[in-house]
Amino acid sequence: MDIIEQIVSGDVRTIARILRDIDDEIPSARDILRRLYRYTGKAYVVGFTGSPGVGKSALVDQIAINYRKAGKTIGILAVDPTSPFTGGAILGDRIRMQRHFLDPGVFIRSLATRGHFGGLSKSTSDMVNVLDAAGKDVILVETVGVGQDEVEIANSAHTTVLVTIPGMGDDVQAIKAGIMEIGNIFVVNKADREGSRQTVRELMNLIELGARRRNGGNWEPQIVETEATKGRGIEDLYGAIEKHRAYLLSTQSEWREVAEKRAGIQLISVLRDQAFKTILKRIEECGDSMDEMVRKIVDKESDPYTIVQQIIAKALK
Amino acid sequence: MENVRKLRILVAKPGLDGHDRGARIVARAFRDAGFEVIYTGCHQTPEQIVSTAVQEDVDLIGLSILSGAHTYSFPRIMELLRENGAEDISVIGGGIFPLEDVSKLKEIGIKEIFEPGAKLKDIIEWVSSNISPRGAVVLRK
Repeated sequence: MDIIEQIVSGDVRTIARILRDIDDEIPSARDILRRLYRYTGKAYVVGFTGSPGVGKSALVDQIAINYRKAGKTIGILAVDPTSPFTGGAILGDRIRMQRHFLDPGVFIRSLATRGHFGGLSKSTSDMVNVLDAAGKDVILVETVGVGQDEVEIANSAHTTVLVTIPGMGDDVQAIKAGIMEIGNIFVVNKADREGSRQTVRELMNLIELGARRRNGGNWEPQIVETEATKGRGIEDLYGAIEKHRAYLLSTQSEWREVAEKRAGIQLISVLRDQAFKTILKRIEECGDSMDEMVRKIVDKESDPYTIVQQIIAKALK
Repeated sequence: MENVRKLRILVAKPGLDGHDRGARIVARAFRDAGFEVIYTGCHQTPEQIVSTAVQEDVDLIGLSILSGAHTYSFPRIMELLRENGAEDISVIGGGIFPLEDVSKLKEIGIKEIFEPGAKLKDIIEWVSSNISPRGAVVLRK
């Protein structure tokens, strides 16, 4: 069996190695991704976002149980932050998903942001594609959890679940910008805590405000209260996710719109990445020195804009 | 631009031993040394550890154990790695080991054992010098 066949048939070791090659930006991985692409498009992707400590991992763990009961196979991508100072990372989301470790129907991969912003890693979309091609029915993506900036997940997922906890008070107001628009489902986790009902009310208000801004689409964001560690409210959350999926599938145009959005974002991302690498390679081939360019900038012999114009002109020759 | 891989290490505690402070400290030290650490904590069975190691494609498994259960869990883990075609994943141990067991463990393929008093600096240096990311020619953090 060649690599593509191995991945498509779900071979764990091969999948794990390709995911690593993607993460480490090994050139051969690009070719594999290209050949795998035609096998993608069947998986349903659900993104979980929200501040650190709100319980995303616990929710992913619980939702996975439900999908397994329904006979679906699952891929889980859990993203944690890379230390900007050391380049290292502690990837600890797996701890909350231990019950799935020995289930061959669940593939869990922990990844670090490696300097990327937006809540995901640069590799996340590519890894989603691999797990999709490998036949996973559902892919759950858990973002890093720095809160407000994490709109990126909405571009890779079909359904985006935004998780909060009671007592975040000002934070609920603060998340108005951007986040409210991307959430299809809102979860108030640790709902046994004080302030839970108030948080739900605040979310309802924000959703109503957002309704006027929402450009078309008849999906009304759902709010679910949960206690992930106790398994409370999980059935409701699962139900809401499935309801959103049914909604997207019910109209060809909605589904198509989501597919186009995801494809568009990925196209730009790959283009940006490849174009940059190609140009850098060209600079190297021409024997030009980046250090020299920097020197010119600092000595005011040139400026970044002129230099970049020259680089691009040379690269396109 | 070279393609360098990041070292991925699984830190786990097999068996019933719940004292995880040492494991957490070492995990943090690995992070501070620039490695990516998958930390799965306590109460891991050998089967769970190997399954995690394979899915996460780690280069090294660091087992923390203070309870003496290494005589079962370590050989079992080595056996499972072989069964899964993952013998290329290195394994080290940290914690409390009777002196006479250390050589036995190395005989079954445990690359190194770190006992109480081992300096973090020495552990990091050992890893940096002895473990390379899979398929890499040059090791870099």
